[in-house]
Amino acid sequence: MGRRSFIKSVSLAGGGLVIGFSWLGCGRGTEEAEKELGMQMPDEWFELNGYLKIGDNGIVTIYSPNPEIGQNVKTSMPMLVAEELDVDWNNVIVEQAPLNTEVFTRQIAGGSQSIRQGWESLRMAGATARQMLLTAAAAEWEVPVSELRVENGMISHSGSDRTIGYGEIAKAAVNVEVPEEVELKNNRDFKIIGTSRKNVDAKKIVTGQPLYGLDFYRDDMLTAMIIQPPAFGMEFKNMDAESAKEMPGIRDVFTINTYPDDMEKEWSDVGAFSQVVVVVGDSTWQVMQARKAIKVEWDLKPELVKEIEILEKSPALRDSGGLENSDIHYNLMAEVGSKKSEMIRKDGEPEAAFKNAAKVLERSYSCPYLAHNCMEPMNFFANVTGDKAELVGPIQTPEFAEKSINKRLGIDLENIDIQMTRMGGGFGRRLYGHFVIEAAVISQKMGKPIKLVYTREDDMTNGVYRPAYHVTYKAALDGNNNLTAFHVNAGGMSESPLFANRFPAGAIDNYLAESWTVDSNISIGAFRAPRSNFIAGAEQSFLDELAEEMGKDPIEFRLEMLERAKNDPVGENNDYDPARFAGVLELVRDKSGWGKGTSSQSRGVSAYYCHNSYVAQILDLTVENNEPIIDKVICAVDCGIVVNPDAAKNMVEGGTIDGIGHGLYSQLSFEDGIPQQSNFDTYRLIRHREAPKHIDVHFVDNGIDPTGLGEPPYPPVIGALANALYKATGKRIYKQPFISELQGDFKT
Amino acid sequence: MAEFNLTVNGKQLSVDVDQNTPLLWVLRDHLKLVGTKYGCGIAQCGACTVHLNGNAVRSCQIPVSSVKDNEVTTIEGLSENGDHPVQQAWLEHDVPQCGYCQSGQIMTAAAFLKSNSNPSEEQIESAMNGNICRCGTYTRIKAAVKTASKNQIV
Repeated sequence: MGRRSFIKSVSLAGGGLVIGFSWLGCGRGTEEAEKELGMQMPDEWFELNGYLKIGDNGIVTIYSPNPEIGQNVKTSMPMLVAEELDVDWNNVIVEQAPLNTEVFTRQIAGGSQSIRQGWESLRMAGATARQMLLTAAAAEWEVPVSELRVENGMISHSGSDRTIGYGEIAKAAVNVEVPEEVELKNNRDFKIIGTSRKNVDAKKIVTGQPLYGLDFYRDDMLTAMIIQPPAFGMEFKNMDAESAKEMPGIRDVFTINTYPDDMEKEWSDVGAFSQVVVVVGDSTWQVMQARKAIKVEWDLKPELVKEIEILEKSPALRDSGGLENSDIHYNLMAEVGSKKSEMIRKDGEPEAAFKNAAKVLERSYSCPYLAHNCMEPMNFFANVTGDKAELVGPIQTPEFAEKSINKRLGIDLENIDIQMTRMGGGFGRRLYGHFVIEAAVISQKMGKPIKLVYTREDDMTNGVYRPAYHVTYKAALDGNNNLTAFHVNAGGMSESPLFANRFPAGAIDNYLAESWTVDSNISIGAFRAPRSNFIAGAEQSFLDELAEEMGKDPIEFRLEMLERAKNDPVGENNDYDPARFAGVLELVRDKSGWGKGTSSQSRGVSAYYCHNSYVAQILDLTVENNEPIIDKVICAVDCGIVVNPDAAKNMVEGGTIDGIGHGLYSQLSFEDGIPQQSNFDTYRLIRHREAPKHIDVHFVDNGIDPTGLGEPPYPPVIGALANALYKATGKRIYKQPFISELQGDFKT
Repeated sequence: MAEFNLTVNGKQLSVDVDQNTPLLWVLRDHLKLVGTKYGCGIAQCGACTVHLNGNAVRSCQIPVSSVKDNEVTTIEGLSENGDHPVQQAWLEHDVPQCGYCQSGQIMTAAAFLKSNSNPSEEQIESAMNGNICRCGTYTRIKAAVKTASKNQIV
């Protein structure tokens, strides 16, 4: 049966030709392009819809709509188009599409949603073009379309021996009316989806070709850097920049206000420091030197008085004058988290069950703030001239950045051009495009193209952090050690990590979920697997301890609860599928030989559902001199159809290492509002020697439409790590980063 | 400002910059060789690794005035056609995720394999320990270095 297509013809879309952003345009000719891509360029291109164009020689260019942050959508999204278009992947060129809200839907890198939400539209784009090519060929030969077949971009007629390539018929196909309905392939007919295809940018990456925002240069471009307040809770007062302005290569020093009070903000407009000092000069090093010569005076923010009133329950925070300390955060969270909070979900009679319990297990967990630390620091190119803005750089939310530029600078949306570069990491940090606006405001003021560059220190101390969180779990057991009630009370520094409708909700008769937050001057934002990145590890550690208390195998204990949730679910809003959840646990159990044989390794298990996908992990380690040596992590993943298996495996390996690294080693702490870590000498990220020696990845093969993968492997592994550390040391660890608990605070 | 003559990827090049300018920014801002990445500026992350007379060094820590007649090799000059055994191994294992740190990883690995053509896993981990990858591609990097060690022409 045909499906209604929502692919519009390009002219209807109002954009004319979609011009993809290409580094090839920067002074390199066709010959170099051909050499680089290893294929002959066509003389003429024919655009069938906004997603693709076909050359007269059969070469196909597919525009990858979403921002590429390392999740590999620049390869996997065009694979979906190519599958339905029925072309040879070796004849496909991929280009990053610019922001174009007329043609594309949801050009966002976030929430692990690119493949899930592009699953239909991208295949539809390929199928629509295929249908137009077939229609054109049928007209040319005066035969019904039903008598034609396609293989690898070659159309053939079953009633004769006629064949024609896409390149030859593309010109005629452009004039074919866009079909209202198209057929999509059955999964069993996939030729590209489900096969491993190499990263389309890999050759450029390993040869150092320009790809990233920081790599963008233009002849008359200036470099701009900012100076931000040293502490959260402070703001600009005044400065002496006279000597800096005299330094070689320095063009100007001034302040900008990124978010004026009267500006209507998008959700992505998060920035701790609206007013910053800007230094503009000819080159990066000159600007870096001039920054040191500027004397800036900072003031306490007046509105903090109000914040402090809100926080009256915390005398310590009040006494700090709004300049916060991490010790105070932990004490405050423990205090607030021990009280009755806002009820989010309640099943049965948890209060009564706890009152009648023979035994109650209660444990609290916490974690610090984290900085995203994308390896490529924040940056953006802007060229604002008159009523036009040209913007080039790394941004996960170009559509929101465009709206914010429109509101901040008053430039019409159609006069704002945003080109997306490959990003040296995103992890949520580049959802918040204050740096795009900063760049545009600076360019407008200078009347010149500028590239705004953050140093590592600027980047790490700029805020938009993963919040500090705290959660307390309580479980009630009856005289026979049966679980009778479960209570979760979770909160954090201005955001709660609670997901009230996730497992084990639905598996326990008496269940209570509560949530709280504490205000802070420190700005927060989404960080790879927001909220899950903490609560998964805490919950899975608690379930491990609870299983032990009940004398049960931790996997069997979870499977029993999932069986209950499947057969007789408690409540109606459970947002996970118990059968798929159990599926990854069973798969990881079987692949790991759980409970069989003896090993010198200490083993921990964990499983979690987030971003529509299910991940279970088993981690093996030993501990020598309080130093964990992780031998192996076995991962079982259910993300539905796996589009690009080897790249998906890479993503699971990376997410696993990233989760271990942050749970074990990383933290951002504060004294008097000042981040105590500002570069990689004091902020610890996991390194080669500390990574697992081996990571095995197993996918569930179930043919279900694909779901998220960028985030789901990260959260659960922290639980598996905590549970394995307990097996190795006999000590339960309740506070991240775990290494501080094993060894005392990390000092360099 | 002063003029400095450099040998970069076999070519004689001249730049007019402050003598304290780190080689990293000379390569990126002035010579437009942007494969060498800025990551931390304090020799902690390895993204800016280049070869100086064949040895892996952190270009963010080398003032241009100290380069003198030492030969600089960047990722762009590691091989003529991008087919150095380490680059090939990186492609074979499809190592990169975001890819930003990978030129530094490759330069570190290439210099290391010249000094130790048949390294153990532990030796690889130690040699690569100074290069951070936030995406967590460490297991693939290790596998690629092993493959490169087998395929390299010594």
